[in-house]
Amino acid sequence: MRADLIALLPELMLATLAMAVLLAGLASGKARHGLLGAGAVLALAATGVTLWLAAGATDPGAHFFSGMFVLDHFAIFFKALFLLTAALVVLLSHDYLKRNDYRPGEYLALVMFATVGMMTMASGVNLAVIYVGLELMALSTYILAGYFRREVKSHEAAAKYFVLGAMSSGILLYGLSLIYGATGTLDLATLARVLASAKPGPSALVGVALLACGFLFKVAAVPFHVWTPDVYEGAPTPITAFMSVGPKAAAFAMFLRVFIGGLAPLAASWIWLVGVAAALTMIWGNVAALTQDNVKRMLAYSSIAHAGYALVGLVAGGPAGVNSVLFYMLVYTVTNIGAFGFVILLESRGYAGETVADYAGLARRHPAAAFGMLLFMLSLGGIPPTAGFMGKLYLFAAAVNAGYVWLVVVAVLMSAVSLYYYLRIVLQMYLREGDGAEPATLVAAPWTERVIWACGVAVLVIGLLPAPFLAAARAMAGAVGLL
Amino acid sequence: MNAYIPVLLFIVIAIAFPLITFVFAWILRAGRYDPIKLEPYECGNPITSEAHDYRFSVRYYLIAVLFVVFDVETVFLFPWAVMFRKLALFGFVEMLVFIGILVVGYVYAWRRGALQWV
Amino acid sequence: MTWFLVHFAEIVFYSLAAVALAGAVGVIAFRSPVHAALSLLGTFLAVAGVFVLMQAEFLAAVQVLVYAGGVMVLFLFVIMLVKARDIPDEPQYVRRLVPAAVGLGALLAALVGVGIWAASGGLPADGAALRMVAGAPLGNTEAVGWSLYRDYLLPFEVVSIVLLVAMIGAIVMGRKESGRGGAA
Repeated sequence: MRADLIALLPELMLATLAMAVLLAGLASGKARHGLLGAGAVLALAATGVTLWLAAGATDPGAHFFSGMFVLDHFAIFFKALFLLTAALVVLLSHDYLKRNDYRPGEYLALVMFATVGMMTMASGVNLAVIYVGLELMALSTYILAGYFRREVKSHEAAAKYFVLGAMSSGILLYGLSLIYGATGTLDLATLARVLASAKPGPSALVGVALLACGFLFKVAAVPFHVWTPDVYEGAPTPITAFMSVGPKAAAFAMFLRVFIGGLAPLAASWIWLVGVAAALTMIWGNVAALTQDNVKRMLAYSSIAHAGYALVGLVAGGPAGVNSVLFYMLVYTVTNIGAFGFVILLESRGYAGETVADYAGLARRHPAAAFGMLLFMLSLGGIPPTAGFMGKLYLFAAAVNAGYVWLVVVAVLMSAVSLYYYLRIVLQMYLREGDGAEPATLVAAPWTERVIWACGVAVLVIGLLPAPFLAAARAMAGAVGLL
Repeated sequence: MNAYIPVLLFIVIAIAFPLITFVFAWILRAGRYDPIKLEPYECGNPITSEAHDYRFSVRYYLIAVLFVVFDVETVFLFPWAVMFRKLALFGFVEMLVFIGILVVGYVYAWRRGALQWV
Repeated sequence: MTWFLVHFAEIVFYSLAAVALAGAVGVIAFRSPVHAALSLLGTFLAVAGVFVLMQAEFLAAVQVLVYAGGVMVLFLFVIMLVKARDIPDEPQYVRRLVPAAVGLGALLAALVGVGIWAASGGLPADGAALRMVAGAPLGNTEAVGWSLYRDYLLPFEVVSIVLLVAMIGAIVMGRKESGRGGAA
């Protein structure tokens, strides 16, 4: 029992501190935005330290809680990524919550609870554990999407997200129950053994298909993506940033663990399904983004497209494919949080800054911020020397080596298409003059700016010196323990 | 399956009792009706409006959701209670943690004023 | 009489199944939303009966306590909240949904069919083995308790956090924002 608790210590710690933040948020006072925000960031940092200690004290190959929970390198990588994401989002939210005057206590606690859910998903090797973690993450995110209660758009986002999310969870559960019915186990390793030993019947195959549908919904892949633009547009912008990286990365962790782990013996049956979904996602996400004038919606379609690229790595499979997905998730996280940070800065002037036209002439008025946005747009488009280029390079290399040249052709073509809408923003910032009488300006939001700086530096550092980060991802994925 | 015979009997009695009452009432009652008699009974007061004419307060909904949450919590207590001795201290601590987390929710709901009817 | 005793379980099952189906049809057929909700109650109770028949007593109790009790109360409150009587009929809108409903219904029927067909071939998990507790056969509730509180300890505790988040959600969404964030 003692070893089990040590392996679970990061989650235990974060959950306890989240409850403390929730209760502390009940007290009122002028300073509480700052105090609670600082408390949440410290809690996430302390959890990070705990994770490091727990990882040192735990055998990465060992199983805990009746074989349902592991703390292997794969889980550690994702947990560190989730903690980083949550901390950046908390910092992004600080000025935003204060300016819009919403209660910080529940908000911060829910971000932390969602992180606990994501960490549980990354460590679960039993379908029941993974599902419960998924629900914890999803439920917290639904509430966060609707947190800005004085705005109709936020309500709409929460309602749509909740109804469609619950529907996809139902599909996922039906798939799980069919797989359980066919194999008699929820444990991923046993599942792989049972599926490899006997020819799977139709109910297992239908179960896998339904599971794939549920998972594709969670990563927002075509054709299960329709909720994304509305939810991303309506949710509070820091939460949009969170949803586009945190829950998405967690869904990929689960996708990799379940499909490359437990369902590997059925790869021949699901690989084409995921491959076609990846191609459709890249095509539709990029093409639809072309016509968007609202920057949040444009970034929503862009996030759909990026899920498509990451799915290419999943299809490639093998250690190279898995570690390219891990590396890509890191790259995408720092890039996208930076980009949304910029949207927050501009958006705040009474919603003036959400359209592409609002970006006109920003380079002259705010050269540093505009340069940051330029970096993020180049990184999303995959142009060297940014991190996005390295991320795509390793993904596509893994896919070519695994023999999926057609997917890589689609991905490269669509990356070229994506440059149009990313560079459109850059063009507006650098080459156009603001034509309105009241040009959009940036609000003073010191913490948001610091996050943008940090992300900008990270994008450049990962882009120029990818080796240590890749090595980390490789060390992690090499020991997925299920390959 | 024999253990269910009392349950079956119980269901039969539960259905039969109101049926028999209705039959007796039908035999004994005087069949004179007027519009006032056919109205729903509201403690003798004249009816002023229908239930649907007013929109219910959203607070009912909040109470109902909180009720469902605690209902689910109660459900988890049953299988624990029947195995209480076998699960021993391990199960006791486990349930303590479970209830402790929900007590946090309860304290939160209380302090946030969710249980107040204002 | 002997025929009756031999087939007792089947007779009970098919009666309960008929009640459950009739209740489900009632949900969409009744015009009044309150009647529809009460019809759903019939389905819930009949399904609880089916669980008893399969000796899943714990599930039957959950079905009655949570669904027939809690969830039904929630449904009725929501019906009263939205003033459902005032929702106008929109035949054109409904008509446009017919193809989608038929398509989805067919898909669902196919999926459920696969489940039934797979189950009729026998399941790999042995039902009797699932109710063994520490080497001795026990009742369903005991078996659920044994496996839930020993093997499934971790998901069980995570569920309590899920319930906590559900409470927070209900309060955040359901309470009128008492002034701006600074107040209350």
